[in-house]
Amino acid sequence: MTTMIQKNTRKKKTFLQRLWQDKAFVLLALPGIAFYIIFHYVPMYGVWMAFTNYNMSKPIILSDFVGIKWFEQFFNSYFCGRLIRNTLTISLKGLFFSFPIPILFAIILNEVRHTKFKRTVQTVSYLPHFISTVVAVGILKDIFSAPDGIINQLIVMLGGKEIHFFNKPQYFHGLYIGSGIWSSFGWGSILYIAAIAGIDPQLYEAATIDGANRPQQIWHVTIPGILPTVVMMLIMNVGSIMSVGYEKIILMYGPSTYETADVISTYVYRRGLVSGDYSFGAAIGLFNNVINLILLLLVNKISRKVADIALW
Amino acid sequence: MNKDKFWKLLGDLLVYGICIIAALITLVPLLHILALSLADQKLVIAKDVFLIPWGLNFESYKLVVNNPSFLTAYGNTIWVTVIGTLLNLLTTFTLAYPLSQKNFCLRRPIMLAITFTMFFSGGLIPSYIVVSKMGLIGSRWAMIIPSAISTWNLIITRTFFENIPDSLFESARLDGASEMTILFKIVLPVSTTIIAVMTLYYAVAQWNTYMSAILYVTDSKMHPLQVFLRRVLLQGSEEMAVGMQVGSARDMAVHQLKYSAIIMTILPIVCIYPFLQKYFVKGVMIGAVKG
Repeated sequence: MTTMIQKNTRKKKTFLQRLWQDKAFVLLALPGIAFYIIFHYVPMYGVWMAFTNYNMSKPIILSDFVGIKWFEQFFNSYFCGRLIRNTLTISLKGLFFSFPIPILFAIILNEVRHTKFKRTVQTVSYLPHFISTVVAVGILKDIFSAPDGIINQLIVMLGGKEIHFFNKPQYFHGLYIGSGIWSSFGWGSILYIAAIAGIDPQLYEAATIDGANRPQQIWHVTIPGILPTVVMMLIMNVGSIMSVGYEKIILMYGPSTYETADVISTYVYRRGLVSGDYSFGAAIGLFNNVINLILLLLVNKISRKVADIALW
Repeated sequence: MNKDKFWKLLGDLLVYGICIIAALITLVPLLHILALSLADQKLVIAKDVFLIPWGLNFESYKLVVNNPSFLTAYGNTIWVTVIGTLLNLLTTFTLAYPLSQKNFCLRRPIMLAITFTMFFSGGLIPSYIVVSKMGLIGSRWAMIIPSAISTWNLIITRTFFENIPDSLFESARLDGASEMTILFKIVLPVSTTIIAVMTLYYAVAQWNTYMSAILYVTDSKMHPLQVFLRRVLLQGSEEMAVGMQVGSARDMAVHQLKYSAIIMTILPIVCIYPFLQKYFVKGVMIGAVKG
């Protein structure tokens, strides 16, 4: 009864009256709202910054408008092609090698009947996810260092010549993607393990009655069962193909490996923050973000049309 | 029949084999570092240690826990983790709760605005300038305030709150309890799972934080462990050996201390993680429902 009365009076209220009625909620949410405004929405003036000649001493509104100068400068620079090429290659190679592994791992784990063994393997495989990038890269560098690292000792023992992995551009992608797989394959498999657990057991029973062996069950029951999850994750991955984070790369690269290791985000970091070319950095960052947004929208649309699966 | 058995055995061999290999790939690098930290330092320098800590001793640990720069960094990390996680939880929960209430009139617009930030951001440079204009550069708070809420964690928390039945707090609301009281006295006590999940997620992220310290904190006395480790492991800094005389302790400081520093850094996580694993996994599950 009371709720009905509330609903009726609610409809007649203006927005401000409703806001007043919800003041307790607004008050609670205030710190969080302030956080999003200050640290997420205020920085969006970077869109404007990319078209001006910003310097710290003047307010952004008063900065000189320079049009697309920074974009022209970037596209005409020697680095532009290399940065886009490196960003795309690292992403695509990463997608090709790291995307299928958690899926295969989940499928294989599902075939393990021994619960204790399964749980132990799972627990072990999730662990690297919680180890910081600095420590992971530190361990990687130690293992692959020359001449003392364990890998180089092995190479020398087998009669080879030691390799300076971290100074040779041709090894960078392998080290970056390989260590990425080490960090995330176990944790990444959780989603697929959950998806497999959600498959109706009757489907497996039916398949067994039909005489399907284990590989056939994987092919005809497990894989179709997790396909929506796989497509969903693929959309998200393809959508972020132009965003390779700088946090890990700046720990791994050096001038001798820029040739293959320098990506858009690391270049923004170096030019924008280390050298202080704020507007130039903001412009490249904006270019990168816009491409990402377009890609995500595009992939989402295509996947909705083709497979009827979409993020929104 | 025999043929069937053969294929089944082969299948099992393959499945268990791959699992064991996966577990080994995960563990061997960590065990290698552990062995290096525990072995006799002469053997470490001679590169005779792989997985077995020959000449087992704890000298390098004794040295590392008495090392002033390591201790300062450890203290900084504990500060960032405790204060940062508290701030994370407070801001996340106080925002997630109103956003989970269906009759909150700003629910949809705020949710939309927050979701948008997952797909578009001003970028690194403008964010840096905002932090600097707020006068946070050089302050410890710069390591925690700009990352007060993780949008993903906020959405997981909101999803959890949405699934609490309304009947639980409707009567309290009719009795005139304030929303603050409802959140702290009724919602949170039935939300221990999400509190555990969020505390773990945020605490691990804070423990591992390094980028915000590099960007915003100039004074190396305030740097957390991860930044300290970056200097020692990746930039070849020999600061742990500062003030030591040439001799075996100094050799250890240069060659072996980094390994015990790594182990000491990951130790808290490795220790709590196996016991709390179910909470870590639960977060992914709650997120996946909506994700």
